[in-house]
Amino acid sequence: MSTTLFDKVWDSHVVRKIKDGPDVFFIDRHLIHEVTSPVAFLGLKSRNNTVIYPERTFATADHNTPTINQHLPVEDPLSANQLKALEENSAEWGISHWGLGDEKNGIVHVVGPEYGITLPGATIVCGDSHTSTHGAFGAIAFGIGTSEVEMVLTSQCIMQPKPKKMRINITGGLGKGVTPKDVALFIISKLTTSGATGYFVEYAGDVFKQMSMEGRMTVCNLSIEMGARGGIIAPDGKTFEYVNGRLFAPKGEAWDTAMTYWKTLKTDEDAVFDKELTFDGSEIEPMITYGTNPGMGTGISQNIPNAEDVEGGVATYKKSLNYMGFSEGEAMIGKHVDYVFIGSCTNGRIEDFRAFASIVKGRKKADNITAWLVPGSHIVEAKIKEEGLLDIFHKAGFVLREPGCSACLAMNDDKVPAGKVAVSTSNRNFEGRQGPGSKTLLASPLVAAATAVTGVVTDPRTLL
Amino acid sequence: MAYDKFEILKSSAVPLPIENVDTDQIIPARFLKATERKGFGDNLFRDWRYNPDNSIKEEFVLNNPIYKGKILVGGRNFGSGSSREHAAWAVYDYGFRCVVSSFFADIFRGNCLNIGVLPVQVSADFLEKIYKAIEVDSNTELEINLQNQTITLLVSGEKESFDINDYKKENMLNGYDDIDYLTKMKEEIQDFASKRPF
Repeated sequence: MSTTLFDKVWDSHVVRKIKDGPDVFFIDRHLIHEVTSPVAFLGLKSRNNTVIYPERTFATADHNTPTINQHLPVEDPLSANQLKALEENSAEWGISHWGLGDEKNGIVHVVGPEYGITLPGATIVCGDSHTSTHGAFGAIAFGIGTSEVEMVLTSQCIMQPKPKKMRINITGGLGKGVTPKDVALFIISKLTTSGATGYFVEYAGDVFKQMSMEGRMTVCNLSIEMGARGGIIAPDGKTFEYVNGRLFAPKGEAWDTAMTYWKTLKTDEDAVFDKELTFDGSEIEPMITYGTNPGMGTGISQNIPNAEDVEGGVATYKKSLNYMGFSEGEAMIGKHVDYVFIGSCTNGRIEDFRAFASIVKGRKKADNITAWLVPGSHIVEAKIKEEGLLDIFHKAGFVLREPGCSACLAMNDDKVPAGKVAVSTSNRNFEGRQGPGSKTLLASPLVAAATAVTGVVTDPRTLL
Repeated sequence: MAYDKFEILKSSAVPLPIENVDTDQIIPARFLKATERKGFGDNLFRDWRYNPDNSIKEEFVLNNPIYKGKILVGGRNFGSGSSREHAAWAVYDYGFRCVVSSFFADIFRGNCLNIGVLPVQVSADFLEKIYKAIEVDSNTELEINLQNQTITLLVSGEKESFDINDYKKENMLNGYDDIDYLTKMKEEIQDFASKRPF
């Protein structure tokens, strides 16, 4: 019988099927961070349970960490306490822990792939919804709650009903200045913030075939923003090349065995999806959001839609625009901006900083812009230096910070003040996401760079 | 942590007719710094409940004393966004045992089921009926019967059935959770793990 890539990976991880219930689903790799794991460890202890396979869990501190002066003690006592809890829990159970100051420390969804924890055909979970990132490698990866973190620690399994299957094809090629982030924001704007709820999405078509691994990670990362549990892309030569030689990747004979299996990981030609959508890549332009969920996005040259032209309730739509201080029918280009943030598990990889540099090179940061450039990991940070991007940033008036989630969710001090507008390469524009009262416009690193040098929302195609 | 059994809940309800309520609104990230599960109810809908100076936003429904009860009635696509279970904890800790909506985000729904908050998905029409009934009388009561999988507007007797899989239903009726189940199949899991290639 013809099956999908998703079926192949899912079905090979089902330990037990429960009648009219979830599957008992085996997890190959478990990533944990300081925010969603402490209560899971408390639960484990309160039941006198143990960590069944500590070698399958990896810990890094990212959500709550400062992005300057990481060599100094963390000032906020609550944050310091969470970081300490992660370190102590990891030590107690023999889990690899990459805390602040460790060269492997960084955003969980950036370092996972960098160290070969992320593998094709694997199942990967983390108490973070953007775990969908790892689907870029042909893994089934998704976010879980803290109760499930405890389940994985103690049993290496969770109880999951199998999601429905959707395939999104994007044919053709992409235009100038159109990045993987734009592809994702375009899809989400078409499907709305809940259009893929209940589904696991396979991305297929020429656009994804041609995309780099970094780009595929950006697209899969944003799957959750249309409600999908995760996204997956069939592994190919680029995937294998990326994984080969990384620290935790299989070596020698194990690599050869794995490759034999990985080459089978694709959707059969006549496999059927519950839902299938196709878009033409040439229709996508650089995107930007204007509202308070990631589905409220538009091509940057377009105007903000009228309430009657969008799906969903008018009252909710108007509440959202009211929060942003925007009106129906207004142009996005030229809107005043105060902050620019490049980073996060969505756009904190080397390719994103290269894109940012391609526009700011030889230009200057606008005076009204406060810019935060936050690499996703120390590997990204090192590459920025090696490739001469840091010099470009410095000459243009930008400073590079240290790795972490930073202003994406503003748990640390990197908060956009109330009433201020940020163009952000992160993943969520919810009310107050980047700080209480902050207003977020999600966009690509190119749009962020163009905006950073002009001080207003700017179409990057005019500067390329 | 196992939780209280859920059988029949009869209560007035708090209406929140807003769509796409995300978990950042339910509990903003800056309140996720605890290492224990307590006190999250104080910060439920923090930025909708309070002004930046911590004064109360009187227009918000949780600050209106005429609305109370153990049932929260939210708009379509409730609980989208972040996987933070803290959002479900905040809902529970505030005193809600059930959230009603016409559509739930996946992870939030799962998190609720895992901690003993029942997500009840109703049709858009029934959701409207609930909002109208609450508008007429804020003390109007809903009855949720998990065994029969029904939700009833007691004032009119209008009723709708809701879906929940048998496994989760049994868990909630008995106050069991998934860890109780998983720890009983340790050997089966170990056998499975020994055959994984990586």
